[in-house]
Amino acid sequence: MTGTLALSIILHLSILLLIAPLLQGIITKTKALFAGRRGAPLLQTYFDLARLFRKGFVFSRTTTWVFLAGPVIGLAIPLLASLFIPFCGLAAPLSFEGDMILFVYLFALSRFFTAVAALDTGSSFEGMGAVREVTFSCLAEPTMLFSLLVLARLSDGMALNTLLGSYLATAWHSDASAALCLVVISLFVVLLVENSRIPFDDPNTHLELTMIHEVMVLDHSGPALGMILYGAAMKLVVLGALVVSLVLPWQTGWWLTDALLFIAGLAGISVIIGIIESTMARLRLPRIPQVLIGTSILSIFALVLVLR
Amino acid sequence: MTELTNPILLMVILINYFTLGSARLGACIRVVALQGALLALLPLATHGLTGHSLMLAGGTLALKGILIPWLLLRAIREVRIRREIEPLVGYVPTLILGALTTAGSFIFADFLPLFGHHSGGLHVPTALATMLAGFLLLITRRKAITQVLGYLMLENGIFIFGVLLSEAMPLMVEAGVLLDLLVAIFVMGIVLNRINREFSTINTERLSALKE
Repeated sequence: MTGTLALSIILHLSILLLIAPLLQGIITKTKALFAGRRGAPLLQTYFDLARLFRKGFVFSRTTTWVFLAGPVIGLAIPLLASLFIPFCGLAAPLSFEGDMILFVYLFALSRFFTAVAALDTGSSFEGMGAVREVTFSCLAEPTMLFSLLVLARLSDGMALNTLLGSYLATAWHSDASAALCLVVISLFVVLLVENSRIPFDDPNTHLELTMIHEVMVLDHSGPALGMILYGAAMKLVVLGALVVSLVLPWQTGWWLTDALLFIAGLAGISVIIGIIESTMARLRLPRIPQVLIGTSILSIFALVLVLR
Repeated sequence: MTELTNPILLMVILINYFTLGSARLGACIRVVALQGALLALLPLATHGLTGHSLMLAGGTLALKGILIPWLLLRAIREVRIRREIEPLVGYVPTLILGALTTAGSFIFADFLPLFGHHSGGLHVPTALATMLAGFLLLITRRKAITQVLGYLMLENGIFIFGVLLSEAMPLMVEAGVLLDLLVAIFVMGIVLNRINREFSTINTERLSALKE
């Protein structure tokens, strides 16, 4: 029993660790294609991470242990959170009633430590970035919770394993399909906010005044920066997995085809993110809370639809 | 027929939210035009392809989807306004109010003593929600043109109710409703021009201030 549990945990984590940097490569490749460039190779993120992990740590004398805790927790949380969701055709290794709330707040915990690590440097810019990040994510939180509540209502369960289970394939053909559509849209917006992608934040910006997430990691370097980048890549996979298992709930019965379908779905999401980043401009800062409240309202509306 | 009407009515509700949350007048007019066009599909989706519903659909599309939006777009081109500058209640509070009224109308519709085949569908709650969203738009905005839009949405809500009754309701009544609205839009258009010429703005609150 413990043997199979350990095996499934190891399988889960190794899939996550292996495919996470690939998605970042797909996003940059899509953006490069839109801009008419050849772009960095698909595996560039792997090379970047390898380079960063070979370097040494550099710490400012004003920082304390909190400064290192940010990246470490940022790396550990997506790994932990991935154990609660069905993934790549495999059921979740760890599952209990109500783990969807733990799932949401695990990410809140990692965000707290990233923000605290940013404040620990004493830089005023990083403090500003931390304030923005926390504001936006506290607005994205109701969207996520209400969306999960819709799924909980539809599936009669509180564990992510049942929430994203096989009932979805039939639910798409029933009256609930409209609510599911709204949930998918809301969760996709949450995915964009949590991963600081373009309509909300620009991952490539180099102006401290406009940065949100990136400004918080300015002072990290070497392996710490590597941990942050790896953690961010895995966060994209974990939240993307949520959307993919909603959109592609069909089980073929063969593990290999399920896994390929799942990875194709994730790649599709990365391409969509790349397209959004190439075609949309960043929203003005005061518009972002409006959009986020709009998506919370969408998810509340989805809940009203399934509750009646 | 619910598999066709439900997506239409959902789109109608989403358009309500959009109009409540957006500051751009041009975009608001266009989505209300889209709402009118969607409502034109509603009689066909609810009652099937009969002569009566075809006429209703054609009339709705021509008036709500094309003519009135065209008049409004012309009006904003003439008075040169693009955005609602400062609404009486902000966009986010109106959006939240809109969500509350929508939830409220869903709850209220469950308590209404309706016919069996009306009670399950989305018609009644959507009609109530659209009317309330129109009211909200009328109450919270300063520009006369957004108030016209609110009036239009209110009428759209009434129309959704009317579709349920269109077999009992004679065509003349419905034509009368549409005609009323057209007249109202004309009057509003003239008033708009007047206010604009008089005060060189179309904020209606100037009207309530007394002149010396």
